[in-house]
Amino acid sequence: MQSYSSFGLLKHALSYHEQWQRAWRNPTPKKHYDVVIVGGGGHGLATAYYLAKVHGITNVAVLEKGYLGGGNTARNTTIVRSNYLWDEAAHLYEHSMKLWEGLSQDLNFNVMFSQRGVLNLGHNLQDMRDIQRRVAANRLNGIDGEILDTRQVQELVPILDCSQQARFPVLGASWQPRAGVARHDAVAWGYARAADALGVDLIQQCEVIDIETEDGAATGVITKQHGRITAGRIGCVVAGNSSVLANMVGLKLPLESHPLQAMVSEPIKPILDTVVMSNAVHGYISQSDKGDLVIGAGIDGYNGYGQRGSYHTIEHTVQAILELFPIFSRVRMNRQWGGIVDTCPDACPIISDTPVENLFFNCGWGTGGFKATPGSGHVFAATLAKGVVHELAKPFSLNRFKTGALIDEHGAAGVAH
Amino acid sequence: MFSIYCPYCEEHRSEEEFHAKGQAHIARPEDPDQCTDAQWGEFLYVRDNPKGLHSEQWYHAVGCRKFFNVLRDTQSYVIHDTYKVGEQPSSVSEAPGVSQAKSTS
Repeated sequence: MQSYSSFGLLKHALSYHEQWQRAWRNPTPKKHYDVVIVGGGGHGLATAYYLAKVHGITNVAVLEKGYLGGGNTARNTTIVRSNYLWDEAAHLYEHSMKLWEGLSQDLNFNVMFSQRGVLNLGHNLQDMRDIQRRVAANRLNGIDGEILDTRQVQELVPILDCSQQARFPVLGASWQPRAGVARHDAVAWGYARAADALGVDLIQQCEVIDIETEDGAATGVITKQHGRITAGRIGCVVAGNSSVLANMVGLKLPLESHPLQAMVSEPIKPILDTVVMSNAVHGYISQSDKGDLVIGAGIDGYNGYGQRGSYHTIEHTVQAILELFPIFSRVRMNRQWGGIVDTCPDACPIISDTPVENLFFNCGWGTGGFKATPGSGHVFAATLAKGVVHELAKPFSLNRFKTGALIDEHGAAGVAH
Repeated sequence: MFSIYCPYCEEHRSEEEFHAKGQAHIARPEDPDQCTDAQWGEFLYVRDNPKGLHSEQWYHAVGCRKFFNVLRDTQSYVIHDTYKVGEQPSSVSEAPGVSQAKSTS
């Protein structure tokens, strides 16, 4: 793999940047792999990378029906944070956060991770009580967090309407300074390039149409474009399409797929240097390095696979953002899109083995999967390498929907992306 | 945006008047005390979530405030039928969850 550096950049400038190596190969799939990962989004690519890097398993294929990172990895609002309430979730997301902090160096690819902090606003007394509880829980788990009052929030974000007359008065906020944003596409590309360099085959335009089983164990997949590919173990990391894949082996999951929307404005000069989220009004906003305001919304209430959402959801979100930031009233929106998120009843993911041997699922990340990309890939790689679910992922087993040991993160995950 | 026919109000109304309430035709176990944890968990949490035809409940929140069923395609978003609680859809026989039909793939 060609290493990226500022020296390389200078060197290639001399040849007008026409001599760069391709970032990854475009291989023809082999007949058999030790591990087949279905889904070439951030989580799938991260899984492949850590399988090769940490566990030395390089006979791995990532099968992607479209192009790499073209699903929810390309459609989220890029927020990264780890301020979850319950121990199980906090440990998992903090594991991810620690990987984020060294990710660009690890991958030799600038993922533009910017720890600009995340504010979660409180608009009423109950919001503030919940914030106090969550921040206290975070700190007990070694996760940074502060409770800010109105004045401190105003100092951080002068353009936020913190006045008494505000439609949604700001009573305070939780503040995680280590949180921030990352360049979503770069995360997929960085993992893809690094995984490819370690020998992982990234197969694009390869749709899995069936999963083959024998004596209760998964033995391989049937693909539309390349026929049968056998595998020692199969990991499904397909977000909104998880139920469709599970159905191939007669498995039903506690998931519902919903459209989730986001939008960006035209690029404007730097005006917002942090991330502002509000559960109560269901909106979150940050400004990208390019200058566009990145705004996220709530999910549509109905099930859908259409990768588009309802207009009234956009309207609702924009109304909320404008109440918080009246200054944005004349900013024009540029693009809007939808992704399909697989929501779980407890707003926590499923990282689990299944009744089918050698078949594993990593799904149910719902509205907040992007922030977990490195951690999710890391623990899922360990799970696929050993055939035993990683310690951090154990509480997220499918089994919890039988035992009732749910991890209710609706409070922290409410509008989280 | 959907224009949904409410079988009680007997007219098409905007999606904003309604709330989607998830999969329809889920029967509550007759004797919950006799359920295993797995059976009860399945009743509470496990859903068909098909890519295609889906029988679902909708609630006419700011209209008649009644629940009814909608047979809708989750990929094309075409609404095939709306019908009252306790009824069966008239148009599509292979609808999931209806008349013990096997779930669609």
